[in-house]
Amino acid sequence: MAWILAILQTLLFIGGAPLLAGWIKMLKCWLQNRNAPSLLQPYRDLRKLWRKESILPESASWIFTAAPYLVFTVAVLTAAVVPLVAVDLPSARIIDVFGLVGFFALARTFLVLAGMDIGTAFGGMGSSREMTISSLAEPAMLMVVFTLAMSAGTTNLSMGMDYVLDSGLVLRPSFVFALGSLMLVAVAETGRVPVDNPATHLELTMIHEAMILEYSGRYLALMEWASQIKLMLYGVLIANIFFPWYIGRDFSPAALGQGLLAIMLKLALLSVLLALSETLLAKMRIFRVQEYLSFAYLLGVLGMLSHIILEVYYA
Amino acid sequence: MLDELSYYHQAILHLAALITLSSFLMLGQSRLLRLIGVFAAQGFLLSASTALVAQTHDFPHLYISALLSLLLKGLLIPMMLYRLVMRMNLHREMDTVEHPAGVMMGGATLVVFSYYVCLPIVKLSPLMTLNTISVSLAVVLLGMLLMITRRHAVAQVVGFMSIENGLFFAAVVSTMGMPMVVELGIAFDVLVAAVIFGIFFFHIRSSIDSLDVDRLSKLSEVEE
Amino acid sequence: MILYLAYLSLLAALLSAGVSLLTDRREYLSCGIKRLRARTAGWLPLSGKTVAWLDRCLEPDFYALLLRHLPFVLLGISGVAAVLVGAVELSGDFSASATLPLGLPWLHWHVRIDALSGFFFCVLGLPLVAVSLFGPGYVREFEDSKAHALAILGFFTGLFVAGMEMVLLADDAFFFMIAWEWMSVASYFLVAYHHEQSASRRASFLYLLMAEIGALCIILGFGVLVAFSGGFTFDALREVQLTPLWASAAFVLALLGFGMKAGLVPIHAWLPEAHPAAPSHISALMSGVMLKIAVYGFLRFIWDLLPEMFWEWGVLVLVTGASSAILGILYALQQQNLKRLLAYSSVENIGIIFTSLGLAIIFFSTGYPQFGALGLLAGLLHCFNHALFKTLLFLGAGCVLHQTHEINLEKMGGLIHRMPKLAALFLVGTLSISALPPLNGFVSEWLTLQAALQATHLESGVLRSLIPTAAAVLALTGALGVACFVKVYGVAFLGLPRSLHIAHAHEVNDMGMLAGPALLALCCVLFGVFPTPLIDGIRGVIEKLTGAVLPNVTALGWLWVTPVDAKMASYSPILVLISLLVAGALCYYLLHRGNYFKPRRAEPWDCGFGGLNARMQYTSGAFSMPVRRIFNPVYKISETLDAQTEDPEHWRVTALKYQFQVEDKSWYALYQPTGQAVTHLARRLGRIQTGSIRTYLGYSFVTLIFLLWVIS
Repeated sequence: MAWILAILQTLLFIGGAPLLAGWIKMLKCWLQNRNAPSLLQPYRDLRKLWRKESILPESASWIFTAAPYLVFTVAVLTAAVVPLVAVDLPSARIIDVFGLVGFFALARTFLVLAGMDIGTAFGGMGSSREMTISSLAEPAMLMVVFTLAMSAGTTNLSMGMDYVLDSGLVLRPSFVFALGSLMLVAVAETGRVPVDNPATHLELTMIHEAMILEYSGRYLALMEWASQIKLMLYGVLIANIFFPWYIGRDFSPAALGQGLLAIMLKLALLSVLLALSETLLAKMRIFRVQEYLSFAYLLGVLGMLSHIILEVYYA
Repeated sequence: MLDELSYYHQAILHLAALITLSSFLMLGQSRLLRLIGVFAAQGFLLSASTALVAQTHDFPHLYISALLSLLLKGLLIPMMLYRLVMRMNLHREMDTVEHPAGVMMGGATLVVFSYYVCLPIVKLSPLMTLNTISVSLAVVLLGMLLMITRRHAVAQVVGFMSIENGLFFAAVVSTMGMPMVVELGIAFDVLVAAVIFGIFFFHIRSSIDSLDVDRLSKLSEVEE
Repeated sequence: MILYLAYLSLLAALLSAGVSLLTDRREYLSCGIKRLRARTAGWLPLSGKTVAWLDRCLEPDFYALLLRHLPFVLLGISGVAAVLVGAVELSGDFSASATLPLGLPWLHWHVRIDALSGFFFCVLGLPLVAVSLFGPGYVREFEDSKAHALAILGFFTGLFVAGMEMVLLADDAFFFMIAWEWMSVASYFLVAYHHEQSASRRASFLYLLMAEIGALCIILGFGVLVAFSGGFTFDALREVQLTPLWASAAFVLALLGFGMKAGLVPIHAWLPEAHPAAPSHISALMSGVMLKIAVYGFLRFIWDLLPEMFWEWGVLVLVTGASSAILGILYALQQQNLKRLLAYSSVENIGIIFTSLGLAIIFFSTGYPQFGALGLLAGLLHCFNHALFKTLLFLGAGCVLHQTHEINLEKMGGLIHRMPKLAALFLVGTLSISALPPLNGFVSEWLTLQAALQATHLESGVLRSLIPTAAAVLALTGALGVACFVKVYGVAFLGLPRSLHIAHAHEVNDMGMLAGPALLALCCVLFGVFPTPLIDGIRGVIEKLTGAVLPNVTALGWLWVTPVDAKMASYSPILVLISLLVAGALCYYLLHRGNYFKPRRAEPWDCGFGGLNARMQYTSGAFSMPVRRIFNPVYKISETLDAQTEDPEHWRVTALKYQFQVEDKSWYALYQPTGQAVTHLARRLGRIQTGSIRTYLGYSFVTLIFLLWVIS
């Protein structure tokens, strides 16, 4: 029963990811005084790509054709691990937060290899930049995980959320820093402004787009979908770790419905934040990203230190 | 643990953490105007935590010092510095740190060090907020680090002022503030210092045509 | 019983060394056999079959074939025996000891095999089997070469392997040092194998020098123990009582000595010179196995022989390990020579191993043996995993080198189209070393991070903030490691070929050269997906070594790894693999369902200009440029940019030439000054050598007087 619920939750996750992308696009349009496309536009885009012919570059090897499946599959698997509407689902035990980072790295590896497979300048450029940025984001991410795990005593996501729920409303300075750090990391990892611009197709500035430039048709649909899932993953992580309230704690329909409503509301609010920052900020120069990410790391370190200094009580 | 404390205490801990953050931000800021802005924010945080302590422990006189620090450190001194920078046309100048990552790591080490130093004091007392005394020591040390790593005189003055902020914070959280007279005295001292620094800037500038303090080593007896 | 298995392994290795000496000795041998047959014809009648067999063996072609394969077959037997020793030891308690009637009259060689050495036999055995499969094909190219006698290569390979096995068997300080030196000297000759290249000669000399300095430190470390215990056997040394100061001195000496061999920063600079200089299968053994022998020595010294530990040591090991890890990978990322890159990555992995050992020391000395055992488990598991994937990668590099005679990444590209099988095997190695789930590298790095997470339980706030920082360094290392190996794979195997001989490369003919890496790749996947039996075995090793137990690590059954507690963290690699396969298959099915889905091939996007060629790809140097720039202070970079201009005002650039070289800072900061200081000192000392016979007579005279005074 619980496993079926877990699979259903994963499907909900995958199905909901384009919706979130549509909502963010809509918010950005409103903020920039443009007419917004429909909320369902990402679904339409995916359907359109699904129907189009897929073209493979002549120099592509099997890595290039295997990468979309792998990237998408790993995204699905990651989505299965993260609690969305209910905690204590058995799928959360498969792997912990470190493993989640490992999954992201696995998907990224194949994305990057696919970028390098064709042998054009753009693929290599995007790959090189992606690897650099993700390398720098990793220590900050780890600091966040450490800060949270030091308080909660677990790296299991579901258990961590249980801990936050059980201890009620406690203002933890370390969590504030960890939240800030995780947000910065999330922006960098999902390739949003100011690190990368998902809407750009200007050849010399793109990172994510440069790697998937040669994909078309169904392959591209898979890649796009996977990156939408990844964006939602970070959103859900931020929402459910730091503000896990109203997530379903048992598997009764009422609790699940409440959890669903809660996560939708939380994600909608987080999207407002993202859309605002994307509208207000300009994309950074690539060699400014290191400063941005070292700031994220600094926040993580301060989070850890404030846990040690301020939150541990000596009797 | 943390959840045994009242929300006021938790909020004070938050403010302490944010004050440390502001010190780090100052350490990494290369633009003078933003540096002054962060300094002003630190003043605000300081005054907010003073007011909170006053509220929690019911010390009315701390409200006055909260107000004082708000006016002086949050508004007056930053505004003076701001006008100074604008008047001297320094707002486009960059004062970059040479090894930003190294300085930041050094700062983090200083925080750990001040925690280590203050640990015996903290262990003596059951007062939870006393943990913040290591934060205030860290703010003092970070202010010194700021003065060491910067060349620009304005940045050094900001560093100096933030040292004073750290001391003030220590006084507020560990001993519930100093006697009113002392506090007023210090407040005016700082104000006077700021004014004197302002005049001093004009003098350095007119004599060496720059505010780079490294140039002040010309008087050294040692031949280069 | 188990000892005999170990002897078998040792003897097979020695025999392999002996047999190799017979290469190129066909004439002598056939003469000798003929003479022998003539002499013994009367009383030892040989059957016709035997004679025919002997004659066939001595045919030139068959003889060469035989002598190429036989040493490796023997090495394979040695490897299989070693794996068996390891497997038996890991499955239960079978320690055995004996005294060999060799060595000094009053100090025979003591041998002993216990759980720890059994585990390292396992670490040695698997790569050895793979190398023995790979070897015959690889050494073929040396067969006809004048400068490279196959006999020498085989001889020293056998001795080298035997030396490593003896180190594992040794049970007294004296025999340990003999075995250690044996291993070092044999490997010196292997590093010097390409002696016609001056770089090789230089590397081998440097290697010998560092090995001897390291050995000196180890001897001094043993000396401290022996002085306080009065015996050379490890049994006597275990009883030693040391003051903290002397214990620390012994510890520092051991860290220096074994760390020198293992390649810890900052004394690592010899490693990336020496390992790539040897033939590829030897590089694989050196990087994959010999470094682990150094780790074994360290473990034996610290955990088994020293009576107690202090947390300060742990901090020292942790910091050294973390800096080795980060610097190793940062340098690896900037290498263009594939084998050098792999060697630097060994520095990184040794750093990761020492980081977990440092964590273990901290936990053991502060009274948390359970978490200490977790750190030790992570370290040992990573030893095993690294032996697998590093050997795999070195053998893969060997295949490429063998087929194309190219080791420079800047010249490679597109090998996946030309060597598809090797490319698939190399990909497994790449993913494993990048610590990606569900392969084996991930398990050990995950356990390391889990061990670091237990820092929350420590009382000291300083340690509690130091350990997460070290863990963050590890995370950065891991991420850069992914970048590094993605670069290797992307540049060497993907894209378009960057030179002509790479474009004409083809798959290796010799099946053995693929079978070796294939075996290792299989192990990488197997131990990644089913780590629990191995973890259970290592748990036993740790229990016997330290007495500490990890009660819960496989508490949920063989499906799950739960380092401390199921509530803390759990990982189920098999479920990860199954869900990956199921979701992948579903995804594939959905994509190909219904209408006919057949992608069309077309030219890639070239901005509309046309004429994409291989020179437009990102090169290896370009790929790692952002990292080079961000971590600039770490490197010593020399760059030149030549712009050729046409017109008199030098505005129109017609050609650009960019060159860069990244050098190791530790070379300039540590090695060169030390070298200069030694030369300087030697020159000072040289002044007493005046060359005049009367002065020398004077020295003797003074010595004589001094000695007479001492005696009286």
